[in-house]
Amino acid sequence: MWKRFSSNRPALVGVVLLIAVIAVALLAPVLFPNGPWKMVQRPFLMPMAVDGLPLGTDTLGRDVAAQLAYGAQVSLLVGLVSTLVALLIGVPLGALAGFYGGYVDEGAMRFTEFFQTIPNFALAIVLVAIFEPTLASITLAIAIVSWPPVARLVRAEVMSVRRREFVDAARLAGLSKPRILLTQVLPNTVSPIIVMASLMVATAILLESSLSFLGLGDPNALSWGYMIGAARTVIRSAWWLSFFPGLAIIITVLALNLIGEGLNDALNPHLRQRGQKP
Amino acid sequence: MTVFIAILSRTAKALLTLLAIAVLNFFLIHAAPGDPAVVLAGEAGAADPQMIEQLRERFGLDQPFHVQLGKYVWGILQLDLGYSFRQGAPVIDLIADRLPATLLLTLTAFVISLVFGIALGVAAAARVGRASDSALTTLALLFYATPLYWAALMAVLVFSVWLGWLPGFGYETVGASYSGFARVLDIAKHLVLPALTLGLFFMAVYMRMTRASMLEVSTADFVKTAKAKGLSGPAIRRRHILRNAILPVVTLAGLQAGQLVGGAVLTETVFAWPGIGRLMFESLAARDYNTILGVFLVSAAMVILFNIVTDIVYRIVDPRIGARA
Amino acid sequence: MTTLAIEHLTIGLPPGADRPFATEDVSFTIDKGQILCVVGESGSGKSMTANALMGLLPPGVTVKAGRALFQDQDVLRLPEPQKQALRGARIAMIFQEPMTALNPLMRIGDQITEVFAAHNLYSPAERRMRALTLVREVGLPDPEKIIRAYPFQLSGGQRQRAMIAMALALEPDLLIADEPTTALDVTTQAQILRLVLDLRDRRGMAVMFITHDFGVVAEIADTVIVMREGRVVERGAAAQVLGDPQHEYTRRLLDAIPTGRLPPARPKADTPALEIKGLRKIYRTGGGLFRPVREVRAVDDVSLTVGRGEVLGLVGESGSGKSTLGRTAVRLVTPDGGQVLVGGVDLAALSEQDLRAQRHKVQMVFQDPYASLNPRQRIMGALTDGPIQKGVPRAQAQARARDLLEIVGLGADAARRFPHEFSGGQRQRIGIARALAMDPDLIIADEAVSALDVSIQAQVLDLLRDLRDRLNLSILFITHDLRVAAQLCDRIAVMQKGKLVEIGTVHDIFLSPRQDYTRQLLAAVPGGGWAHDAGLPA
Repeated sequence: MWKRFSSNRPALVGVVLLIAVIAVALLAPVLFPNGPWKMVQRPFLMPMAVDGLPLGTDTLGRDVAAQLAYGAQVSLLVGLVSTLVALLIGVPLGALAGFYGGYVDEGAMRFTEFFQTIPNFALAIVLVAIFEPTLASITLAIAIVSWPPVARLVRAEVMSVRRREFVDAARLAGLSKPRILLTQVLPNTVSPIIVMASLMVATAILLESSLSFLGLGDPNALSWGYMIGAARTVIRSAWWLSFFPGLAIIITVLALNLIGEGLNDALNPHLRQRGQKP
Repeated sequence: MTVFIAILSRTAKALLTLLAIAVLNFFLIHAAPGDPAVVLAGEAGAADPQMIEQLRERFGLDQPFHVQLGKYVWGILQLDLGYSFRQGAPVIDLIADRLPATLLLTLTAFVISLVFGIALGVAAAARVGRASDSALTTLALLFYATPLYWAALMAVLVFSVWLGWLPGFGYETVGASYSGFARVLDIAKHLVLPALTLGLFFMAVYMRMTRASMLEVSTADFVKTAKAKGLSGPAIRRRHILRNAILPVVTLAGLQAGQLVGGAVLTETVFAWPGIGRLMFESLAARDYNTILGVFLVSAAMVILFNIVTDIVYRIVDPRIGARA
Repeated sequence: MTTLAIEHLTIGLPPGADRPFATEDVSFTIDKGQILCVVGESGSGKSMTANALMGLLPPGVTVKAGRALFQDQDVLRLPEPQKQALRGARIAMIFQEPMTALNPLMRIGDQITEVFAAHNLYSPAERRMRALTLVREVGLPDPEKIIRAYPFQLSGGQRQRAMIAMALALEPDLLIADEPTTALDVTTQAQILRLVLDLRDRRGMAVMFITHDFGVVAEIADTVIVMREGRVVERGAAAQVLGDPQHEYTRRLLDAIPTGRLPPARPKADTPALEIKGLRKIYRTGGGLFRPVREVRAVDDVSLTVGRGEVLGLVGESGSGKSTLGRTAVRLVTPDGGQVLVGGVDLAALSEQDLRAQRHKVQMVFQDPYASLNPRQRIMGALTDGPIQKGVPRAQAQARARDLLEIVGLGADAARRFPHEFSGGQRQRIGIARALAMDPDLIIADEAVSALDVSIQAQVLDLLRDLRDRLNLSILFITHDLRVAAQLCDRIAVMQKGKLVEIGTVHDIFLSPRQDYTRQLLAAVPGGGWAHDAGLPA
C-alpha cells in the first residue's frame, strides 16, 4: 500500500507541501517571536520593500509573513479537530444505521438527510453568529455541517460489508451483534473513511477561512480568512494583503486533496487495475 | 402517474423539512446567550425597553415553551419570518426584495458549472492520460482548492481594477437608469464575474466527477457489447457511456446545490450583489438575528427546490426509478 | 470451407502479471457451419483469443505474434476503421453476464437497431421491422413489448436471447460466444444451447463457443480444443476428445466432472440430525403509501429430515428457495412458521440470546470463497472465535484449529496467515475447517463448490466425502448442479418455487423420477446423454 502511494508523484508533492505548512505552523513562535499582532513597520509596505519583511506589512503595519505563519496554526487546528468531531458523530451514526437497518436506519437517515438538505455554509454562519465566534464554536459549527457525508459513507460501506458471508459466519460462531460490528465489520470500512477524512480536513479549512472572511472568526486567533476579509476594502491599493493568505489556503487545501487522492488510489487499487486481469 | 405521485411525496417531504428547520431556528434563538427578546431585537443596546416588551408579548415569551414554539412555527407557516428592527421592515419583505438577484446569480452559476463541468469532464475522459487531460485535471484540482471569495476578489482586481473590462461591483450601473435591452445587457455584464467565480469551484467538482464517472462506466460490460456491435468510439461515448455516467453527476449536483446557495453569501459579499446572501452579511454585522434566520430558512427552501429539480431530471434520465417506485 | 484460421497466436500480458503470455502459439480453424468449443479453467487464456479477434483486449494486453485469418484477411493487422466495420457485421460476440452486458438505460429495440445504424444500413422503419423479426427468431415472447422494454424488465434468459438477437442482426459469418450460459439456470441454459444449435443449422454460421463445462461441450461441439495456461493441450472432434482423451490434463478435467455416475448406496441413517417441519418463509417487498405489498413465498410449508451421518442434497434453480431454506435452518433467517429441530431443540423458536448459545450445533460452509473470510482477520482468529465464545479454553481451541487445518489438507502453518494468501479452493477448505471447529451436529453447505474450477471442485468434493466417512458428518448440501449432488449425496430433495417437489434416494431421483419438474431438470443437465453412454447404470 505504501509502495503504491509513494509511486504516486502528485501525492508525494502533497505530502511535501503539507509537511512544509505544518513546519511553518509549528515554528511560528520561533520564526516570529513577536507574534502576529505587533506593529513592526509603517503600514502598506509592499513585499520585499524592506529587509526582513518579505511579504510587506498590513493596514496597521503588522508583519504579513508572521500573520501567515500563525494563521497556519489556526487553519490546521480547526481543520483537524472539526474533522475528528465530525467523524465522532458520523461514524457511529452511519455504522448503527447500516448495521441494524430497519427503524434505526430509517431514523438515522432522515436525520442525516435533514442536515444534508440545509445549506451547510449558511448553517455554519447561523451557528457561529448565534453562539459568538470562538475557536470552539467555529470548530463545532464546522463539525456539525460536515458529518452527514461521513454518516452516509459509513452506512453504505457497513451495509455492503454486512452482506458478506464472513459476517454470517461470525453470527454462526455465536458472536454478539455489537462485537460483530466492532471486530468484523468496521475494520473493513477503515480505508474509505481515511480517504474521506483527509479530504474533509481540506474542506474544513476552506469553511473556516470563509467564516473568518465574513468576520465570524475568533477575534483572538488570527487566521488566513480574516486577513483576506480585513484587506478586502483596500484591495485596489494593497493587493498583496489579500493575495498571499489566499495562496496559503490554496497550497494547504491542494496538498490535502492530493494526499487524499493518493490514499484513495493506494487503498482502493481495484479502481486503477481494473481490466488488467487476464 | 408515478412521477406525479413521486413529486407529490417529494413536496410533502420538503415541507416537513422546512418545518423542521423552523423548529431548529426557534431552538437556536433560545440557545443564544441572553434574553431571546433582546436577541431578536438585535443586541448591542439598540432596542429600547418598550420594543422589547412588545416582542415579549408578541412571541409570548412569558408563556410555556411549547406554546411559544407553536406560535413561532404557526407564524412561519403564514410566511411571517419576524421583523427586522435594524432595517425597520418585515424580514419577508426584505428577502422578497433581494431574492430575484440571488436566484439569477445562483441559477446562472449552476447552469454554467454543470454545462462546462460535464463538457470538460467528458473531454478529459476522452483524452485520458494525455497532456490535455493532465492540464484539465490539474486546473480542476486548483479551482477545487481555491476559496470562492478569494477567486472573486482576484477576479475583481484583474478584470475590473487592472483591465477595466467588466464591472466588479453591484447589480447594475447606479444612476444610469437603462431600460429594456440596454438594462438586460447592463445586468448581464455585472453578472459575468460573480456567476463565473461562484461557478468555478462547482465546475471543478462536476468536471472531476464526470471524468471519474466516464472512466468507471467505460469499463462496464455493456460498453464492450457496444464495441462488439461495431459502434465507433464517439458513438459509444455519446450513446452508452455518457448517459450512464451522468447519473451520479446529477445526484451530486443536487447535493451540491446547498453549497452553491451558501457560497452565494460570499460571492454577493465581494461583489456587493444585492441578494439575500449580501443581506445575511449585512445582518451579521448588525446582529440582526431575525433576518439571519429568515435568510437561512429561505436558502434552505431554495436548496430543496434545486433538489426536486435534480430529482425530476434523474427520473427522466433513468427509466428504472419510475418503474421501481 | 474455413471461416477462421488462427495461426500461432501469442498474446502478451503486461509486466507484473503471473505469467508473460495469456496465450502461446495457439492455432485452430473453424469451418463454416461448425461449432468449435474452446474449453479451459479460469486463467487458461480461453477468452483472450476471442477478445483479440474482436479488438477487445484490455489495456496492456497485446498480440505479440501470429495471425488470425478471417475470410483471407488477417483481422489482427487490419486498421481500426476496417476492424470496426467487421465487428457486429461479419463477426459478432455474446458475453457471459446478460445482466451487465446490456445498457440499462436503453430500450432493447434501440440496442438492436443500433447495430444497423452503426453500419449505416436500412431506414429507421426497416430497422424496426428487422428488430422485431430478430426478437421473434430468438424466441422472445411478445416482440412488440420486448423491443420497448428496458433490460431490467427482462429475466436473465430473456436478456441473453436479446443479446443473441443483436449478434445475429447482420447475419455474421462467425459468432463468438464467451461462456454465454454460465450465469443461467440449467433449464434456461438448455434452451439457449438449443437456440445456438438451431441458428447454426438455419444460418450456417461458424461458432466459437468458449466454456469451462464439458457437459456443454457434449451438447453442442463439433470440434474441441482444450486450453491450459495459455497453450492448447488437446484438440480433435468432440466425440474423440470426450471418449478418448489423449492428454493427461484433459483426462483429469473429464474425471473431475461430476458425470452423474452414481456412487453405491450407503446404509440409511436412523436417528435424525436435523428435522424441518412445516417451514415457511415469506418475503415482502414494496409496501408504503402508494405501493402494494408483493409477497414471495420463498419457503412454502417444507418438511424434511437429515439423518445422522447422511448427506442430503437440496437441488433447485435460482429462486427455488433452497438457499433461504438453508439460511433458515441455521437461523440466519428467522422463519415465519414451522420448526427447525436439532438435537431436540427448536432453533426457530429461540430468542436471540438463547440462540447464541445453540449456534454451534449447525454450521455453514458458504458459496463465495472470497467473501466468506474476513480479509482483516488471521485464519487462527476465524477458526477460534466461535469455540472460545462457546467456552473452549483459548489454548485448546488453537490446538484444535491447527489440527483441523491439517485435516483439511492445508497444514497448521496456515493459521498465522491472512485470507488473501490463499486460493479459492484453499479458502473453501478453511471455511470447512471453521465449520468443523464448532463440533456441529450438522453442516449446511450452500453452493460450497459452485464458485470453483472443475478440478478444484473435485478436490473439495473429495475432501467432503472423506470427512463424511471419517467423522460421520451430517450434511445438508445445497446446489443448483444435479451432477455435483449425485457425487456426494445419499438422498436428494428437489425444490421449485418454495415447495418441496420430490425427495428420494439418489438412485430414485436419477433413475426413476416421479415428478415432471425433476424429469425436466434431469433432461436439462448438459451432456446428460453423453454421461449415460459413459457408463451410468441404466
